[in-house]
Amino acid sequence: MIVFFIRRLGQSLLVLLIVGLVAFSMFRFVGDPINNMLGQERTQADVDRMRVELGLDRAILTQYGIFLKKAVQGDFGVSYRQGRPVIEVLAERAPATLELALVSGALALFFGIVFGMYTAIKRDSFIAKSIMTASLIGVSLPTFLIGIALINIFAVKLELLPSFGRGETVKIGGWTTGFLTRSGLIALILPSITLGLYQMTLIMRLVRAEMLEVLRQDYIRFAWARGLKERSINFNHALRNTLVPVITVTGLQLGSIIAFAIITETVFQWPGMGLLFVNAIQFVDIPVMAAYLMLISLVFVTINLLVDMLYFAVDPRLRVSGGKG
Amino acid sequence: MKKPLLVTAAAVALMTSSAGAETLRWGLAGDALTLDPHAQNEGVTIMLQSQMMEPLVSRAPNGELEPTLATEWAIKKADPTVWVFKLREGVKFHDGAAFDSEDVVFSLNRARSQASQMKGLIASIAEVKATGPHEVEIKTKGPNPILPAAMTSIFMLDKTWVEANKATVPQNVAAGEVTFASTNVNGTGPYKLVSREQDNRTVMRRNDDYWGMKTFPVKVTEVVFTPIQNAATRVSALLSGELDFIQDVPVQDIQRVKSNAGLKIETQTENRSVFFGLNVSDKLHGGNINGKNPLADVRVRQAMSMAINRDAIQRVVMRGQSVPAGVIMPTFVRGWSKELNTYPPTDVAKIKAMLADAGYKDGFSIQLDCPNDRYINDEAICQAAVSMLSQVGIKVNLNATSKALFFPQIGKLETDFFMLGWGVPSYDSEYIFNFLYHTKSDAYGSWNSTRYSNPELDSQIKAIAAEVNLEARDAMVKNMWETVKKDAVYIPIHHQMLNWAMKSKYTVTVDPDNQARIKYFSIN
Repeated sequence: MIVFFIRRLGQSLLVLLIVGLVAFSMFRFVGDPINNMLGQERTQADVDRMRVELGLDRAILTQYGIFLKKAVQGDFGVSYRQGRPVIEVLAERAPATLELALVSGALALFFGIVFGMYTAIKRDSFIAKSIMTASLIGVSLPTFLIGIALINIFAVKLELLPSFGRGETVKIGGWTTGFLTRSGLIALILPSITLGLYQMTLIMRLVRAEMLEVLRQDYIRFAWARGLKERSINFNHALRNTLVPVITVTGLQLGSIIAFAIITETVFQWPGMGLLFVNAIQFVDIPVMAAYLMLISLVFVTINLLVDMLYFAVDPRLRVSGGKG
Repeated sequence: MKKPLLVTAAAVALMTSSAGAETLRWGLAGDALTLDPHAQNEGVTIMLQSQMMEPLVSRAPNGELEPTLATEWAIKKADPTVWVFKLREGVKFHDGAAFDSEDVVFSLNRARSQASQMKGLIASIAEVKATGPHEVEIKTKGPNPILPAAMTSIFMLDKTWVEANKATVPQNVAAGEVTFASTNVNGTGPYKLVSREQDNRTVMRRNDDYWGMKTFPVKVTEVVFTPIQNAATRVSALLSGELDFIQDVPVQDIQRVKSNAGLKIETQTENRSVFFGLNVSDKLHGGNINGKNPLADVRVRQAMSMAINRDAIQRVVMRGQSVPAGVIMPTFVRGWSKELNTYPPTDVAKIKAMLADAGYKDGFSIQLDCPNDRYINDEAICQAAVSMLSQVGIKVNLNATSKALFFPQIGKLETDFFMLGWGVPSYDSEYIFNFLYHTKSDAYGSWNSTRYSNPELDSQIKAIAAEVNLEARDAMVKNMWETVKKDAVYIPIHHQMLNWAMKSKYTVTVDPDNQARIKYFSIN
């Protein structure tokens, strides 16, 4: 167990290091921050001096080395764009992204299971077929377009919901939450639908497929033969047995909800980490880009590590080969 | 029943003060980078700061210089290198401290220091001296007739406040510094800072003790500034009534806003000309054609300029939202004239004859480098130019990239043919000559990517910078413009237009520099 864990941990660290290296070698293709940091009246001498001050004249490996050395001491530098420590900026933005991810994840899970069950049980009904057709929209339309369409309908035409922002937030310690105010909750509706729609259709199709599979099993027929209530069969016997793969997929998708909130956050001017990252790219804010990419890869690596550990606990075959290795 | 309730809830979220307040909810693509007035020389940053802090002399929306913290200014009779500024009396900072000459000396020195990004604007200052509690003398390195115009975005800070908060050095982002002044404000301006979350929301409340309460409308009592990056969302938020004012309406949305009963659009020619630059040296970056750079031949450059059909670009690409240009100088800059702004009609037969004359009967091919996120419809303009030039046999490959890649590229002279836009904060021709026409060197010509070098012009540029006799100076400037126009190193395209959209109740004059100052807003 410990050997397996250590090996996995080592692999995770290696992945993190490689992500960082790839990120650093990409930054120069994003552009040069100096033009954004100096005004129109800058002279060539100013440009050259700034390049040296920022250390951008050094080799990429050297820059990466310096970044790593400071990062292990907890220093991610100062944002070129905001002039504040990157850690502080990320901590300020994280609650918005995490709350949005949580709500859209919950919505996707709930509606995904409900619709999935319905379309499996009443699969020949008109409503089920309509849901299946509509779900194609969730899979095929780009997030950007869905967001703009929702804004046009619910904010501009109906004037029901706000088109941007987080509404009013309450500060609890270092965490700002939109859950405790009416405007904060209202502001969550459109962005979380936009972000969660794809995941919802994914879960819905998964649940439907699993349910159709399970409903054909002998123990379901036996349950019917026993004269159990339909409700009890559907929920207690069928759904429960479809949940294992659903939970695995949802867990893995949580990482992508956080990472792919970028587009949704841009459309709704949601003050989260995704919007911060987009701004950082446009400004070539290297410290923020580096820290964000490392953070996101850390999230993915951690989730994968946890999943691997769970499999290890569940699957005895892994334990044997792990013990040998 | 449900609708008004939710709308009210959203409105309450955006308002923090009591009912009856005149709140202006203002949306813009970007946010200020810092509140330190000397740490970033960038449009939006200066605009947000200008609601709360003030310079000695401002540029009013009509383009005239306007007394602000200085009431009078003149060149000293005895010494043409000294400007005397008389300061406004009875002005108080937001914390109640009085404004005097010590603050001016301190602020100008701070703005001139090594870490300041504003130092380029006032590089000609040699010394600032207080000659009385409400008088300062500014000595320049040589006579500088346009110093007041160069100081309109140099804001004044309270010396005591800055020193007490250990912010005497402007925030240096490159050195990884954060200072008190980058997140706090103590100015003399019409609005006080209430709260600020960068990239999210900045709230300001009217300073009822403002010295200019009777001079300016100052009708808005509270300003909520929200950056909204996505243009479609920004326009939607205006249409849905969540915003009262947005500055950058995409040209394709103008009709949509105009057709909304409660909204209107105000328009003005912007202080920004857009043009193409040409590499006039002997060597093409992309490799010479038959051993030569065709762009080094003035006949080729003139032919290319003729081939750009400016009226068609204005009509089709800009949907009427531009003023075609014959000179790379915005219309309100000193030195501009109708005569200079004339441009030749596009005459394909004549252009082909000119090219044949220069030895390019069959044309040539070249790359055009263009930003795609900097100027209004920049990439579309370049695409139009590509097809216009192909009509006369010049084959152009378009390379359109983001500004983060584009500007370093032209800065490193890795281009032969590029697009550029240029605004003139001093409203004076000298600024354009200095940065765009002077031979590229350490201190001059930093934006001249054309490799154009004319020693005679260089010495004239230095001469006009020091010429105090305005009549003689104007004559020199006219002469210089005629020279560079003849040399055709830049191909002017147009002057951009600004479109501000707002609730109909506001009366606003659009500022040519796109600097909205809320104190000028009046409400019907």
